[in-house]
Amino acid sequence: MRRQIPLALCFIAGLFMAVQYFIPHPAVQNTYELLLSWLQTLLAFAFLLGTVSLIRMHFHKIRNRADDRAFSWVTLIGLVGMIGLGFFHPQHQLPGSPFNLMFLNVQVPIEATMFSLLAFYIASAAFRAFRARTLEATLLLIAACIVMLGRVPIGDLIHESIPAATQWILNVPNLAAKRGVMIGVGLGMMATALKIMLGIERAWMGGSD
Amino acid sequence: MNVFEKMLAIDRRWIFLAIGVAVILPFFFPLGLPVVVTPPVQHLYDAVDEIHPNDAPLLLSIDYAPATLPELEPMAVAILRHAFERDVNVVVMTLHPAGYGLAESALLTVAEEMGQEYGTDYCFLGFQPGTSAVILGMGVNIATVFPEDAYGTPLAEIPMMDGMRNYDDIPLVISLAGWSAAEAWVYYAYQPFGQAVGAGVTAVMATDFYPYLSSGQLVGLLGGMRGAAEYEVLIDTLDKGVQGMDSQSIIHIMIIILIVLGNIAYFGARRRRKLEETEAA
Repeated sequence: MRRQIPLALCFIAGLFMAVQYFIPHPAVQNTYELLLSWLQTLLAFAFLLGTVSLIRMHFHKIRNRADDRAFSWVTLIGLVGMIGLGFFHPQHQLPGSPFNLMFLNVQVPIEATMFSLLAFYIASAAFRAFRARTLEATLLLIAACIVMLGRVPIGDLIHESIPAATQWILNVPNLAAKRGVMIGVGLGMMATALKIMLGIERAWMGGSD
Repeated sequence: MNVFEKMLAIDRRWIFLAIGVAVILPFFFPLGLPVVVTPPVQHLYDAVDEIHPNDAPLLLSIDYAPATLPELEPMAVAILRHAFERDVNVVVMTLHPAGYGLAESALLTVAEEMGQEYGTDYCFLGFQPGTSAVILGMGVNIATVFPEDAYGTPLAEIPMMDGMRNYDDIPLVISLAGWSAAEAWVYYAYQPFGQAVGAGVTAVMATDFYPYLSSGQLVGLLGGMRGAAEYEVLIDTLDKGVQGMDSQSIIHIMIIILIVLGNIAYFGARRRRKLEETEAA
């Protein structure tokens, strides 16, 4: 029963969501809208699960006196601080609130900086790792150089054929390859969804089969 | 060590320093490079231009996080300026929890700059979890998904939302995202409801969206900071997008030079080693 009930629920819900698309009857559409609102509630709980998991992980690090527990302290203090500001400050919903100020002046610069570090590592990788060892790698590097030039104003200044070549690369070989990948991924997703609905694929339930 | 091996042994911190200087210098010594508009950006601009003033609103879904803010916020600001300049009403929402603060910041900044009134010219719906559920739910009834705006005002009490029920009342949705949200709008808004969708994405992701452009599932596409710069040129208000193009131009040239030098050093060192082995043999 422990496995049959979730499998049955999965099959019924999956079948309903597929079939409702073709049945405009109000009873079916009202049920569909109800399920959508349930889905939103479930996904909101996913945020809660993630937060609890994060707190547990860092709490264990602190309790076990791990070497990097200082970072765990920073994480938990930041988490509790932002939750406090977000829930308990009287004007937490308004622009200019302490929660907003902390978000815009601390979290935003930190995250933007972390992502910006990629530019430095890409430049280093360009020198140390991008090698034209094979024909395919050479073609890739040539295409990359053309697109990099074509996507900045200097490419337009050097010669009008560079942006034209860039647009051709994006509109023809890139489009063809992406389309092929997307069709393959779409077919794979359909097959996986059917397998999950029919109970053939059971990894989502966890535990042993 | 020969010259090629010395090149390969360069401390990568010299490369980091060169990149840092190359990014910062154009902010003090602008190059003023001209930006040429490409068709995907022109199409999105035209789609916004076709929206009737003071009528059905543009729905702008600001779905980016702080990590992709430098590339995508200039797009948001340019689109908002374009809409407000033409008296097009704008509804802003977000599908990303970190997008709430960013969307609010961009919207209120531009709205104040252009003298727009909340509730009449624009409104902010805030964030709701569940990307696909939100997009699908809005296709049926927006008020079911967003019963209130971000500040707790029921949608029925907001003048510009009067009579707005679902996508039939929205001429265009634009999603600005650094993750799969823009694709989700195509899957769950365009496909089932025929909603016109435009997208603004990071440069790395832009190549993934050309199939949607080609098939007409997207009306237009802004790709990276270049896309933002092109849109700023179209609205004749140059800002961070165009400003960033100078740095980006220099960086791209540097990366191409680094690729060429790295390959010269690698193949030169390999050839020298083979020659030495042959001589030793």
